[in-house]
Amino acid sequence: MNSSLIFRTASAVLLPVMLVLSIVVLLRGHNEPGGGFVGGLLAATGFSLYALSHDATNARRVLRIDPIVLIGLGLLVAVLSGVPGLLGASAFLDGFWGSLALPGFPEALKVGTPLVFDIGVYMLVLGGAVLMVLTLEELCDDAAAGC
Amino acid sequence: MIAASLILLALAAIAAPVLHRLLPRGGVLLLALVPFGLGCWFATMVPGVSSGTVVSESWPWIEDLGVGFSFRLDGLSLTFALLICFVGSFVLAYTSSYLRGNPRIGSFCATLLAFMTAMLGLVLADNLILLFAFWELTSITSFLLIGFESGRDGARRAALQALLVTGLGGLALLAGLVLLGLAAGGFEMADVMGGAVRQHPLYVPIVVLVLLGAFTKSAIFPFHFWLPNAMEAPSPVSALLHSATMVKAGVYLVARLHPALGQTLLWDEVLVLFGGVTMIGAAFLATRQSQLKRILAYSTVSSLGTLVMLIGLGAAKAAATYLLAHAMFKGCLFLVAGSVTKQTGEKDPERLGGLRRRMPITTVAAMTGALSMAGMFPLIGFTGKELVLKAGLYHPEWALPATILTACAGTLTVMAALLVGARPFIGGLSDSAEPARDPDWRQLAGPIVLAGAGVLAGVMPWLFAEPLVRATVASLEGTAVPGEARLRPLELLWPPTVATGLSFMALALGLGLYLIRVPYRRLGASLGGLGRFGADRLYDSALGGLLGAAAFQTRIVQNGSLQSYVRVTLLVVIATWAAALVRSNALATMTLPTDGVTVLDLAIGIVLVGAAISSTLQRSALASVIVLGAVGFVLALVFALYGSPDVAMTQFAVETLIVIIFVLVIFHLPRYSAFTGTWRRILDASVASLLGILATALTLVVVSRPAPESVSTYYAEHAVPDAFGRNVVNVILVDFRALDTLGEIFVIGVAAVGVHTLLRLRAAPAPREEAGA
Repeated sequence: MNSSLIFRTASAVLLPVMLVLSIVVLLRGHNEPGGGFVGGLLAATGFSLYALSHDATNARRVLRIDPIVLIGLGLLVAVLSGVPGLLGASAFLDGFWGSLALPGFPEALKVGTPLVFDIGVYMLVLGGAVLMVLTLEELCDDAAAGC
Repeated sequence: MIAASLILLALAAIAAPVLHRLLPRGGVLLLALVPFGLGCWFATMVPGVSSGTVVSESWPWIEDLGVGFSFRLDGLSLTFALLICFVGSFVLAYTSSYLRGNPRIGSFCATLLAFMTAMLGLVLADNLILLFAFWELTSITSFLLIGFESGRDGARRAALQALLVTGLGGLALLAGLVLLGLAAGGFEMADVMGGAVRQHPLYVPIVVLVLLGAFTKSAIFPFHFWLPNAMEAPSPVSALLHSATMVKAGVYLVARLHPALGQTLLWDEVLVLFGGVTMIGAAFLATRQSQLKRILAYSTVSSLGTLVMLIGLGAAKAAATYLLAHAMFKGCLFLVAGSVTKQTGEKDPERLGGLRRRMPITTVAAMTGALSMAGMFPLIGFTGKELVLKAGLYHPEWALPATILTACAGTLTVMAALLVGARPFIGGLSDSAEPARDPDWRQLAGPIVLAGAGVLAGVMPWLFAEPLVRATVASLEGTAVPGEARLRPLELLWPPTVATGLSFMALALGLGLYLIRVPYRRLGASLGGLGRFGADRLYDSALGGLLGAAAFQTRIVQNGSLQSYVRVTLLVVIATWAAALVRSNALATMTLPTDGVTVLDLAIGIVLVGAAISSTLQRSALASVIVLGAVGFVLALVFALYGSPDVAMTQFAVETLIVIIFVLVIFHLPRYSAFTGTWRRILDASVASLLGILATALTLVVVSRPAPESVSTYYAEHAVPDAFGRNVVNVILVDFRALDTLGEIFVIGVAAVGVHTLLRLRAAPAPREEAGA
């Protein structure tokens, strides 16, 4: 697809910014507005813009992981995050918390399985949205090449 | 210990593919040792069980529903368990030679062992629901086994047919068993026995449903057609499933529930009628077949009919003996038929001859099996046939019809036995028989042992036949302590009775029929047109009708037009909302909150409504999408301003992605303006407006009532102490209701993969055209 130079440059700059932002949104989600779902959507938007301005092949290269694999991995991570609860003599997906004391932070960081679960959600949403966009984009590319 | 045997078999099934890969030469033989060992273990139980010991064990499963892992080993179960284990181990050994070189032999053996596990579980289960679970497992594994050569159309059709027929029967059975359990007040066999159910108002539906399940499984008329078609399966499968085990599951069920449901006019007469019709009809059809395995299949159907009839006649001893005899000679003959076809490439016995010179050992086994099937003194087949004839002769009500039918069926069975067990081996050497040789010992072991067991059971019945029959009779009659059961062939032969006379007359007539088979078959061929009305055709037209109806309703309901889907969905929403509003009379209490409205609120509202209206007026799709996106962004602004930042963020992200996706989709769409006519637009506009009005009304009704706050307060209060999160929305998503979220993301994943697959499918035909050009 032939897109404008401005769009191509902008999307290439935007992509890393949006990725960092999406991870911030993912991580802060437990206490502030955000979370895995929104984070995943943000990251997917970044990749989608990139795929629109460059092409699907390039977007896949930048993504590195096949989105279908990302969907599977996300589901796997989400399911696995429920196992500690199951083993800990409570129910599947029951939260399981530990605290992580990092040097330079005023209070110990609470790390728990819900965060792992949210990471799974993030990966799956990213994979799912990107997969749809890339598939459509590839059809467009093929059709354009056919013309 | 009983459960351990099941677990051992299941483990063997799981290990089968790996073991075969590690030990391609002897792996399968090693696997055959598992059921063989189990069979030996069961054999050690024979003395105990035949003197009245019953082994039972039980573990809880779903206690609230009365479902438990309870197992029980009595005479009937033991007889079946022995058949399953021993025939199963011979069949596995046979497979290792019969399918040598087949790359899928590992998975074949795994399925075979899984089937044996299910079958063993079925006969050992002491709980109705557990029994049903194993019942369904046998249906599924036998589907896989019949369709093993899945590259062939016939095998796939036969497998599907068997699955559909037995699966539908299984549904009926489930309903029947649930009703039975409810009527009896418990799902354990012990709750059901005793016969109190016979007076229950649900007795008739229970009997009908249970018998539907049993008859479909055991190929009793009018469901007899699937079994001969299932001969598409490899021979070891036919030997195990279609002679010794699976098809007898129906007989087992009838026998098992006979003490609970039997001895009523309904039960007994249905069994006698359907069993009798199956017995004579299938025996006749067997003599008209031209393929070894199909002859055996129809004669198996006939034997199953005989067994069902015997249970209905209350002839427990005859049923138990015939069951044992049939498994031995039919298992032997199925394996022999497989070897013969494998060696010669010929299925038609008429085109074979003189094989005795090429396959002497096979010939001995085949002839012994065939003689037992024909009912020759002193084999177990003779004992069985004598008892069957006597069961008819001395029955108070059915004496005349039962005797005539069994004698006729016996005659026809003799002819079928000669066709399979004698025709290929005698006479001059046929061309196809030229290269044949006796197969290796793995293929010979099964037929020889089964034929030998038939001789032993006949000549020395006290070895194992009598104890087993005695114990089985006790289960059938529902008595705790087995009585006496003498099966001495000499006593049956002398002094001669009417039954003895009939038995030898059947032998002579059967031999006569065999000798005049050419004109006999020509006579049969002229009746061939009747096949048009056969049950197999009925199945075809029923399946065709079902598919036609499905296609018809799909064209109406799933017509492929997204607009009509959306329209129908929205109309349903409108109808339910309107009904709810009218029924609750809520419109009367609706108030319009006017105080506190700021200029900002008004401005946002005006922009929102303006953008929405403008989106319907656009002439190009792209512009319409962009304006719709604007509506979405303004909505997100509303969420952000009125205290729901999470929803706002998500709305922003979703709107952005939707616009991107729309832009990509529009690339593929035809031009916009030609899409809809005026009337269609008016219709769509009214649907949309109606929905909007109703949604507004509903919102106003909701906000003008005090909201029940218990749930949201609970979440708000527990978010920080229990889940260490201040964002309640997120805590609900990933912690409190994480299972819901898991389900939702699963749906997202499936939807994305679905979109991908559908689009790829659409894109697929292009390369084929290129290849054509």
